[in-house]
Amino acid sequence: MTHVFAQRIIMFSAITAVAGPIGCSSSKDKANGSATSYAIWDPYPQFDASSGWVQLVNKCGTAAGVTIKRTAFDTSDLTNKALLAAQQHNSPDVLIVDNPVVSTLADGGVLATTDDTKIDVSAVQPNLLAAGQLGGKTYGIPIGANTLALYYNKAVLQAAGVDAASIKDWAALTGALAKITATGKKGITFSAIGTEEGSFQFLPWFWGAGAQLTALDSPQASSALSLWVDWVKSGYAPNSVLNNTQTTSWQEFATGQYGFAENGTWQLGNAKKTGFEYGIIAIPGMAGGTAPAPTGGELVTVPVQQATERYATSVKLVGCLTSTENLYTTDTTLSYVAPTSAVQAKQVAATPELTVWVSAVQAAKGRTSDNLGTKYPKISQPLWTAMQTALSGSKSPGEALAVAQATAAQATK
Amino acid sequence: MAAPPGRARRRWAAWAFLAPVTVYLVVFYAYPLYRNLDLSLRDYTVRSFVEGNAPFAGLDHYRGVVRDPSFGPALWHTTVFTAVSIAFQFAIGLGLAVFFRRHFPLSRTLRALFLVPWLLPLIVSASTWSWMLNSESGVVNSVLQRLGGSPINWLTSPRWALASVTIANIWIGIPFNLVLLHSGLEGIPASIEEAAALDGAGPWQRFWRVTFPMLRPVSAITLLLGLIYTLKVFDIVWIMTRGGPADSSSTLATWSYRLGFGNMLPAFSPGAAVGNLLIVMALMFGLIYIRVQRRQDAP
Repeated sequence: MTHVFAQRIIMFSAITAVAGPIGCSSSKDKANGSATSYAIWDPYPQFDASSGWVQLVNKCGTAAGVTIKRTAFDTSDLTNKALLAAQQHNSPDVLIVDNPVVSTLADGGVLATTDDTKIDVSAVQPNLLAAGQLGGKTYGIPIGANTLALYYNKAVLQAAGVDAASIKDWAALTGALAKITATGKKGITFSAIGTEEGSFQFLPWFWGAGAQLTALDSPQASSALSLWVDWVKSGYAPNSVLNNTQTTSWQEFATGQYGFAENGTWQLGNAKKTGFEYGIIAIPGMAGGTAPAPTGGELVTVPVQQATERYATSVKLVGCLTSTENLYTTDTTLSYVAPTSAVQAKQVAATPELTVWVSAVQAAKGRTSDNLGTKYPKISQPLWTAMQTALSGSKSPGEALAVAQATAAQATK
Repeated sequence: MAAPPGRARRRWAAWAFLAPVTVYLVVFYAYPLYRNLDLSLRDYTVRSFVEGNAPFAGLDHYRGVVRDPSFGPALWHTTVFTAVSIAFQFAIGLGLAVFFRRHFPLSRTLRALFLVPWLLPLIVSASTWSWMLNSESGVVNSVLQRLGGSPINWLTSPRWALASVTIANIWIGIPFNLVLLHSGLEGIPASIEEAAALDGAGPWQRFWRVTFPMLRPVSAITLLLGLIYTLKVFDIVWIMTRGGPADSSSTLATWSYRLGFGNMLPAFSPGAAVGNLLIVMALMFGLIYIRVQRRQDAP
């Protein structure tokens, strides 16, 4: 009896296994379905159908007379998904993607230019738009920007007798860290991990010293790296920075044991939950002024379609998502700074504490700007390796950066 | 009486039964392997990946990978990581298996507890290890300091990073060795050991001269599986150190991932080449195992 039963199961599974793949391939599983259904991919998996963001996406679809099929990916996943989709001529109609990835996708011929799509980018701040530009062409429009600044713990600074407003250059900052460390607290925490995140955190200091990504071995670059190395050696910054992501670095700051933390706009929501009073200052340049921090945040792009008649509707969708009114809602939800001065003014009027962030974003610089484009990743990797080598004490900052420059020059040749 | 079924019909039935496994093998094994080979033998940039016209590059990527300054350290770290992990996992697993062979009260419960590392998702155990070994707030350093020692930068110094990930991996691998070796021990009839004991063999001699040789087939498969499993370990290393600081704990697996996915500009072809080298290494050990087994089976 059981024997017969087992035979039947095998027979059944044999049939389903053969029929399975055929059944799958016949169903039309394209990202861009019919003429009235448009696909939007975004890196915001934290937002579900009830969120303001998804409601906005659907509202924009209704306004353009189409239905929207929205898919959210983890941001690190989205690049490869977008490349695979392009390979199979299956790209979404609108793709919202992290800004440094735009040049990679544009280089792969995945994205349409604003010349093709006729998207109006005139209102966008030029330094933010630059992340979406490559070889004189524009491939995307920012939906919002974030960048880095220094959060500080008011109580810790007060106990050490440090006035945050007086910190205008590196010397003043290092002096403040020394005073804080003397009180038994830690001076500063940041993320120097061996990934893009580490380079992202290092760039404000690198650029703030006047260094250029095209010359990693310059004396300016070396002084920026020496600043970090000396902080760790003197105990102003914990050794754990070598392994810190921006999230774990924030967790350190949230313990209340740290004076400063280098972190982004996106932590504002968490900052209110720490239970202690905090303030924010812009990252100072070596000799004063505000250091240019790298821009973060996503760009709205339109991937290349074989059916070019779809662009007209895609542009309507992009225009709707990036209209002044909708940008305000979106950037408030995402805790981003808007990319246009009109919306920035509105944000500052509603939330005065955003002022520091708005000026930081205005001073910020795209990582792929200066026409570095796809060279940037090849420079960034040697840079974070040098950072790790120097911070772990294997090499001096100068030696580590000399190796980095040689590697980067070889890779970008 | 019905006519006997024809030979052709029977052959069709045979093919129908073979079809699922064949389709499965082709779709999930042969095709991905072929794609990986194709990726490594052509010059895939982002553009040619999308357009599908990557030029044939022959073994250029393999040459490039072997000449890369990261290759030597990655190969050495992979070797040390694998060898040390396996040696400790096997020794500790065997010790525990022998220990649990005596049935004492609570032995089942204890044995079940030893399986915990195996049951936990790797991201959980690796994150926990990474938290315990944190230089600033880790529990390990806090214990060290309380005992009067000085804290060690487990994950952030080039001297300790590889050791730290190896220790974590040993802990994760022990249950696997314990389970396999324990079931191997259960398969050895107690009468043989009794006979040896009657002949005057002490417990030490009984283990080394009787039990251990009889355990050889199970030991061999345990070591082989452990080897293949450890060669490709990626998650623990990536979560704990990202292969850092500055490549000091990078293995071939993490390097392959970094090439293919760890950068905004994916280098698919060199990444696939490193992955294929790993497959070849695992395959070599598999062949050695088959040969050894054949020699054992031969009269």
